[in-house]
Amino acid sequence: MPNNINSILDLIPAHRAALHPLREILLANAMMLGELPAPTFGEEKRIAFLGNRFTEEGLHNISIDEVPGNCMAMIPGTVGEQNILICAHADTVFSNKVDHAMSVTKDTIRGPGIGDNSLGLAALATLPNILKRLKIRFNDNLILLGCTRSLGHGNLGGIKFFLENNKFPLRSGICVEGIQLGRLSYASVGMLRGEINLSMPSQYDWTNFGATNAVTLLTRIVQGIQSISIPTEPKTKIIFGSMNTGTSFATQPTSASLRFEIRSEADGMVSLLRDQIADLIEEIATQSRTDITLTVVAHRKHGGLDYSHPMVKSMRKILGALHINPYIDPSVGELSELIRANIPSVTLGLTTGQHKNEYNETIDIEPTFDGLAQLIALINSIDGGICDA
Amino acid sequence: MEGFVMPDKVDKWLDTNTFHHGEFWDILKLVELKEKQGLKISLCIPTLNEELTIGKEIVIFRSELMERYPLIDEFAVIDSGSKDKTLEVAASFGADTYKAKDILPKVGDKPGKGENLWKAIYQLKGDIIIYVDADIANIHPRFVTGIVGPLLLNPKTKYCKAFYDRPITFSSGVRASGGGRVTEILIRPLFSLFFPELAALIQPLSGEFAVRREVLEEIPFPIGYGVETAHILDVYTRWGLEAFAQCDLDQRIHRNQSTTALGKMSFGILQTFLNRMKRYDMVNKLPEMATLYRQFQAEGNRYELLEKSIIEDERPPMITIPEYCKKFGIKCQK
Repeated sequence: MPNNINSILDLIPAHRAALHPLREILLANAMMLGELPAPTFGEEKRIAFLGNRFTEEGLHNISIDEVPGNCMAMIPGTVGEQNILICAHADTVFSNKVDHAMSVTKDTIRGPGIGDNSLGLAALATLPNILKRLKIRFNDNLILLGCTRSLGHGNLGGIKFFLENNKFPLRSGICVEGIQLGRLSYASVGMLRGEINLSMPSQYDWTNFGATNAVTLLTRIVQGIQSISIPTEPKTKIIFGSMNTGTSFATQPTSASLRFEIRSEADGMVSLLRDQIADLIEEIATQSRTDITLTVVAHRKHGGLDYSHPMVKSMRKILGALHINPYIDPSVGELSELIRANIPSVTLGLTTGQHKNEYNETIDIEPTFDGLAQLIALINSIDGGICDA
Repeated sequence: MEGFVMPDKVDKWLDTNTFHHGEFWDILKLVELKEKQGLKISLCIPTLNEELTIGKEIVIFRSELMERYPLIDEFAVIDSGSKDKTLEVAASFGADTYKAKDILPKVGDKPGKGENLWKAIYQLKGDIIIYVDADIANIHPRFVTGIVGPLLLNPKTKYCKAFYDRPITFSSGVRASGGGRVTEILIRPLFSLFFPELAALIQPLSGEFAVRREVLEEIPFPIGYGVETAHILDVYTRWGLEAFAQCDLDQRIHRNQSTTALGKMSFGILQTFLNRMKRYDMVNKLPEMATLYRQFQAEGNRYELLEKSIIEDERPPMITIPEYCKKFGIKCQK
């Protein structure tokens, strides 16, 4: 195995070219996985597909845990003393009711969840075949993990369970996302995912002066949150994800909900903002005599590798060799749990794409070969000790 | 009479020759069967303006049935003159693409899907040719493994048809099952009347079927809507019901045709059917009119023929009834 970054970079063009004959296998895996609906907590079919692929490729230690249903397998290394985790989340934001049919043109694949994260999962399913065709053997074992319960209320349940129960000490981790190529995540951003639920008492007196309804109250809450002072540095933002209330034109709505996410690169900022929002809704609840609750659905701490960490440096050089400008994007996904467990890790993207998490989500086919060459080069770098701090 | 009366032969055929694609999940086993019998298998996709679905079919079939498991030896798209990017997309994913008019140019070029199917026999080399339509949105390897599996299992099986779609589930678990509108309104009544055993085919018009070359090279091909009907009648009259198998491929998602389009299709099929009646010398020697209409119901993966006696009795003109003539003071006709 090459043990300096330049030798690894030199191999990239040859690897990229050698990946082309595997295009149909990769794309078929992406589409067949993509056509299996996998809402968070309902990933069983995708996981079974992944497990079958691992079995067909003759991998070791294949297992699907009963709960939460992650699928794991190992490609044994020639030395096998250390383990590199390569993971991709299996769930999508789309429900079972959505038409998951994929369509292909000469250059693109379109369909719900194809980029986030059918392609990432397909890369995992295809990796054993890729390594065979490229005749690559690593010193380290590769642990391939399809993670369940990653998104939304799943709150990274799959990776958390894996890390709590895993018996293979992990040297490093790579989280694979379908899009976007060039993404380089090496830090987890502090995050809090919250849900505000509001309900008017059944005896609410609509005739009282100042009587209001759920829409008006929810609007007040949103305006109140928007008026909270947020620093621009360190980067902090509050994202309003969804609002639900009301049924018609003239019926007074009596309940409402708001989903939001706070993200910040500053230690303590997430908790500070959470407290301010809690104060705000308590004030509005008291004034309006309504029940308003704040539920924290998920919480992550800020942390991660330094920009100068050898793993981050290697990734920047690999992307440079592929003539791709890296864009730094802190993660709220599996990476944050790996970082919390002190496992040096990054998240990367495989190809370019559009309309992420929309019904017409689309990926570009050709850049995928750059994305896969990048992944192999990074595994090579970790395996060769180049990414050790 | 109405019930589950099952003629023994059809009953036995349904038991032995009706499959579910799940029985052929082990593609490696199919490859072994193919190699053991020294067979080559070709896959033909006839196309006309299918740029939206052709790419996925090719990617999935090439990946699963050529690259990963060498079940298919040859794979061709035969096109009737698409105006869209069908051939460009197909070629970009490595399919061999042909224009039907360029195959056997001396015999000329006729418009219609049957032309593509017929010319595929010349162009392709396989001992078994599998035909799969290009408009399937939920394409999956089962669309091939399910219909070629029965031919690999049993050398006596010459022609395997796909069937799909079991949309209605009753609380008892028993559900109606059958073909599309043209099958249920035209083909099944015709078969029930004149070729009752063929009513055992659940979807005789499905566009997915696998056939041995020895059969394909000996049967004529209507080039239009009637090709599937003609195949079934010709294979049946020559080799009997036992030459057929059918396989349940679960759901097939494809574009829905308008009633007007189905009317045109029915007209073409009816022409083919009546031509076959002439060819078999049946026009002036119609068999005794059958009165049993055969439909299907399914329970789990088991299919049962449901027979219903439909007797179209008639009353004479009222003017021949003496009581009527007396009441209205008119002369009765005999």
